[in-house]
Amino acid sequence: MKAKFLVPLLLFFGLAGFLAFGLTLNPREVPSPLIDKPAPDFTLARLDEPAQTFSLKEMQGEVWLLNVWASWCVACREEHPLLVRMAEQKIVPVVGLNYKEVRGDGAINARGMAIEAETDMAIERARRWLRDHGNPYLLSVLDIDGRVGIDFGVYGVPETFLIDRSGRIRYKHIGPITPDALQNVLIPKIEELRRAG
Amino acid sequence: MIPELGHFALILALVLSLVQAIVPLVGARRNSMALMAVGRPAAQGQFFFIVFSYVCLTWAFVTSDFSVQLAASNSHSATPIMYKITGVWGNHEGSLLLWAMSLSLWTVAVTVFSRHLPDAFLARVLGVLGMVSAGFISFTLVTSNPFERLLPAVADGRDLNPLLQDPGMIIHPPLLYMGYVGFSVAFAFAIAALMSGRLDAAWARWSRPWTTVAWVFLTAGIAVGSGWAYYELGWGGWWFWDPVENASFMPWLLGTALIHSLAVTEKRGAFRSWTVLLAIGAFSLSLLGTFLVRSGVITSVHAFATDPKRGLYILALLVIVIGFSLLLYALRAPRLAGGGSFSFVSRETSLLGNNVLLTVASASVLLGTLYPLFLDALNLGKISVGPPYFEAVFVPLMTPVVVLMMFGPFLRWKDDDLVAAARKVAPAFIASALIGFAVAWAVDHVTWRTVLGLFLAAWVVLASIQLLVGRLKERAGASAGSRLRSITASWWGMWLAHLGVGVFIIGVTLVGSLDQNLDVKMKEGQRAELAGYTFLFRGAVDADGPNYDAARGIIELSRDGRVLDTLTPEKRLYRAQGMPMTEASLDIGVFRDVYVSLGEQLPDGAWIVSLYYKPFISWIWMGCVLMGLGGLCAAADRRYRRLAAREAAAGAGQRVAASA
Repeated sequence: MKAKFLVPLLLFFGLAGFLAFGLTLNPREVPSPLIDKPAPDFTLARLDEPAQTFSLKEMQGEVWLLNVWASWCVACREEHPLLVRMAEQKIVPVVGLNYKEVRGDGAINARGMAIEAETDMAIERARRWLRDHGNPYLLSVLDIDGRVGIDFGVYGVPETFLIDRSGRIRYKHIGPITPDALQNVLIPKIEELRRAG
Repeated sequence: MIPELGHFALILALVLSLVQAIVPLVGARRNSMALMAVGRPAAQGQFFFIVFSYVCLTWAFVTSDFSVQLAASNSHSATPIMYKITGVWGNHEGSLLLWAMSLSLWTVAVTVFSRHLPDAFLARVLGVLGMVSAGFISFTLVTSNPFERLLPAVADGRDLNPLLQDPGMIIHPPLLYMGYVGFSVAFAFAIAALMSGRLDAAWARWSRPWTTVAWVFLTAGIAVGSGWAYYELGWGGWWFWDPVENASFMPWLLGTALIHSLAVTEKRGAFRSWTVLLAIGAFSLSLLGTFLVRSGVITSVHAFATDPKRGLYILALLVIVIGFSLLLYALRAPRLAGGGSFSFVSRETSLLGNNVLLTVASASVLLGTLYPLFLDALNLGKISVGPPYFEAVFVPLMTPVVVLMMFGPFLRWKDDDLVAAARKVAPAFIASALIGFAVAWAVDHVTWRTVLGLFLAAWVVLASIQLLVGRLKERAGASAGSRLRSITASWWGMWLAHLGVGVFIIGVTLVGSLDQNLDVKMKEGQRAELAGYTFLFRGAVDADGPNYDAARGIIELSRDGRVLDTLTPEKRLYRAQGMPMTEASLDIGVFRDVYVSLGEQLPDGAWIVSLYYKPFISWIWMGCVLMGLGGLCAAADRRYRRLAAREAAAGAGQRVAASA
């Protein structure tokens, strides 16, 4: 057997090794550099009362979740019933960050739209969505242009940040929260943070 | 009851595939005609049971039997009947069953059309196909049973993904799978030949029509998928370098190389080791594509729900099939040296050059697709690879392919004179460069990419004309009709497919350089202008379908005051999943498409409308059609049938002699 004829086989085994390792990774999971860092501060208009704003300080002293959502996000629809159930059981306060409600929707081209028109449209759409699917949020805020999303390193919706009493991000869940992730990851972490004080 | 029958039939198909995998191979080894003869009925029986099983599953969809998990998740009582039927493969489990069914169909085709093959060879081919089939059917049964019950049944299903409720999606998956899976035949022929140690011109000739037909299916499947993305995704793109698209494109590239390599092996006996490796490679990439799509290793907008257990199973399958094949190759290929020798300037060299380039192109697509995974595995961070990478790598690799593709046919086999050959093509080559520049200048878009694209397209067209004229001159004195008739189908196939590449390049270049789009807010009675066309918005009406609510925009398209068409883009909301969809409306023409899609309605009643002008986009698909037709011509060449008949006669003679 000449060595050169073994090259394809060896290359393939190298590739198979990577693929096997790849199975253990989650391609959707991007480690957040923000873990254990203070959450980026923001002040944004509230969805229910656009004249009023909400900022991080208001949640000081609480362990809470910041859930990034949008009405165009299909996976949010999947996650939503679980959030509603969590709200009914009062597991943890959840603040909704409505992310790029208008310009994030691939079906709309928002370029050239006035920011006021875009905001009105976003409020319209987001409220209708919460009316149709239930509102599990303590409140939601409007991130029309996605700047706060950028600060939080949001790259896909939904994402959920677990924030502790001192306002630090302690955990980030990417993609829809599953019942499994809630029971085995989020709830234990929430309890741990509450005990830690 | 019926789903259980389907499940049971699938188990029987697995048993038969195991019989088909083992018995004929043992027979070939022991030279036992009786054992070898088992392959054919086993393959045909397996096909019967898979089709039966598939029909049972379809039945559950058609009758809206929502006690079947798969039907409940992918169908709905209000879904139109066509999409109930196609919904069967619009999901992981069902598409695996479709995979197994197309493999079985190819195997049956081999049993029917290969009566002239030596018995031991056919037995080995069927054995290899049986192994692959056993792997896939057991994968379906163990990890992804499509007949899983959902008890208690739900009142109504969740409906098929609205993106897939489209005529393009009716034919795209079956075509693509027939192509993907069709390379299994070339693969089985190569493995059988390696096993027997008989890799000669006869083997190449047997493989060629099979490979070409699989390639035609794959070409058609990719083209239809691209067409679907173009009009269904609502923003006028036709290729996205998405991992799943790449998964079908890689085997296509390698399959293209394989077709050409087989030609050299058949005609000149050269490149045998290359050809075998390409046959293994093309099928391996089909399997790898299946792995990438099914395992969730790579994220993709196409990916169905994924599950790591499935990934592990299919990876094991991959390692066994490909690992075994490449090991066999390493053991047997060293004996294959030799074949016809050729000098540096010869048609062989040009084909070898293109084979290497196509293989490198395929490898670069593989690298781009898996690069995020490599980096992640090596802990070097998370990245994604997008169109800029693929375009940057692809254009420089494919440019010499296209130049060589039209130069090669002017060269003689074995040895030619470079200066004489260059003199022959130089006028066409120089004229192409001038045409490329002139046309780019005429359309006022002189970028290096436009000039290059137009130059290559002109080169393909001019060289094709020169080739045809040269061919017709060969038999001076004969009548025009008899000269035309003297050209073989396989030559026409080559000519058409190469011309198709030129037409394809025209489309890609011009739509890439000259397309225009405009997003506007439109109220009833308002007009917009784009690329000389006037769009008059006549308002929106309700247009609800059986399983969706929709608003339909009515837009009158006119040019220079003449009304051309009324476009009716829709914005749909599919009720079962609450999923919004954009249904574009097109005015299709030979030289341009006008494409309109409807966005959201604004609070003031106006609509966001996207307008697109897409020059020459149809040429992309016309090019694919020509390539496909070329493939069909080549596969239909008379000589395969003539030789088959002769070999069958010779084989029968031998058998008579042996038994006498």
